[in-house]
Amino acid sequence: MNAWRNVWTITKRELGAYFTSPLAYVFIVIFLLLSGFFTFFVGGFFERQEASLVRPFFDWHPWFYLFLVPAVGMRLWAEERRVGTIELLLTMPITAWQAIVGKFLASWLFLALALVLTFPVVITVNYLGHPDNGVILTAYVGSWLMAGAYLAISCITSALTRSQVVSFIISLVVCLFLILAGFPPVINVLEQVAPRLTDLVTSFSVITHFEGFQKGVLDSRDVLFFLSVIGFSLFTTSVILRTHRAG
Amino acid sequence: MIKVQNLAKVFGTKRAVDDVSFSINRGEVLGFLGPNGAGKSTTMRMITGFLPPSAGSVTVGGFDIVEHPIESRRLIGYLPENAPAYTDMTVYGFLKFTAEIRGLRGEARKQAVNRVVEMCFLGSVLHQSVETLSKGYRHRTCFAQSIIHDPDVLVLDEPTDGLDPNQKHEVRQLIRRMGEKKAIIFSTHILEEVDAVCSRAIIIDRGKIVANGTPQELRQKSEWAGAVTLRVKGVASSTVTTKLYQVPLVKRVTVVDEKDGHVTVRAFPKGGANGALAQAVGEAAHEWQIEQLQAEEGRLDEVFRSITMPDTAKEGA
Repeated sequence: MNAWRNVWTITKRELGAYFTSPLAYVFIVIFLLLSGFFTFFVGGFFERQEASLVRPFFDWHPWFYLFLVPAVGMRLWAEERRVGTIELLLTMPITAWQAIVGKFLASWLFLALALVLTFPVVITVNYLGHPDNGVILTAYVGSWLMAGAYLAISCITSALTRSQVVSFIISLVVCLFLILAGFPPVINVLEQVAPRLTDLVTSFSVITHFEGFQKGVLDSRDVLFFLSVIGFSLFTTSVILRTHRAG
Repeated sequence: MIKVQNLAKVFGTKRAVDDVSFSINRGEVLGFLGPNGAGKSTTMRMITGFLPPSAGSVTVGGFDIVEHPIESRRLIGYLPENAPAYTDMTVYGFLKFTAEIRGLRGEARKQAVNRVVEMCFLGSVLHQSVETLSKGYRHRTCFAQSIIHDPDVLVLDEPTDGLDPNQKHEVRQLIRRMGEKKAIIFSTHILEEVDAVCSRAIIIDRGKIVANGTPQELRQKSEWAGAVTLRVKGVASSTVTTKLYQVPLVKRVTVVDEKDGHVTVRAFPKGGANGALAQAVGEAAHEWQIEQLQAEEGRLDEVFRSITMPDTAKEGA
């Protein structure tokens, strides 16, 4: 398949770009430090005395990603536009779609790597007790899908501007909305103000859809939610890139 | 190879490119001239398919760039303005990437990279990151990228911008050599480049083509073509001009310089004087002490100025 060869060429280049800059290493170290700190100190992993990672570990992921994923995604298109390489990339014999998917895949694989590197937590919990590893695996899949949704949103904001900082801030705000829509304190307020809207609003939240994965349930609706956020966002990215060029 | 028909591009209310048509055949090098903001880059971006045209069409090697973007882009090598390149990659990595995305794999890719590295003298910086390169090397890296797949069509936006005189010379040689087998369009501000490299030149101003021809033809449009510069000693400039106006071939006389008793004037011929002016002026001036009598060739820069700035360019240099 020629199309996938092109996508893979782009993906390889982007992955290379992460690892030639300090960004990748800084990101991975911060992610691992944060998840370790929150799991064992704030999340009270030991105090709970249960062989589970759901509350102490995965509960924090929507919040970690809020800051970390926009940092990974912000350079994807903003940098291309700032340096002008976008003119090279989009005049190559590839479609804009292949470039968009290639770039997205590279960042998503990078996030997968960061996630895989949290494996010591899994080893710890298995050493101390007998957790349900099926639940842990599902939660990991859910976490990765959620990161993909955040990332796709960062793709949009990155295509909107040539400034990485602006891209970072906008996608952080958008992702924050996706979290807050399912955040218990917000839901409580909503139930008092507009009880009928509560279901609609919470159905847009990543927290609501991540919940199922954390329980070990692989619900097709939740998978579909994340995949459709990704699909829609990448499509929006392609529209934005096209309008820029149309002038 | 390239056929541009009634091409137009509108940004908001501004017509950046307005009804431009031309074509380039294999073996031709077309120089694209014009002041800043005339629409050169915009036109090139439309040819390469980066910007969609607002109206009109571009075909490259028979493929319409809107209908068949992939096929037409395969034929094109493109050096964008300011020669962008991925700063986080090494020169080698960058060239490898562009070769791969052009569909070259394995041995073919290795050969293509080696070929352009040699052509563009990049051997000494091959494993350096693009970020650390000097402007000249960065420029050549991007140029190397544009010829890596040995394209039939080359679109070069200011290929010699920012290079030192030696590098400029190299790039011009390269363009001329490649122009024998390819169709090349390149934009420039430097008029001597047109003489050195182009087989044809187009001058564009405010989005419209205002001149199209060989450098020789363009030069003929100059007021300077056939003009005569005369320097004499010990005569007042008014005497000289009055006398020269009596020569039937003279259309206009300007005083270039008057200092310490030396007068320099320039006489412009009427149409059809065809080099006879120098002799006529010489005869008219025979009783003065002539220090210099010189027939001028047409000058491209003067043509360029008179075409693109018609209000202010009356006075030739």
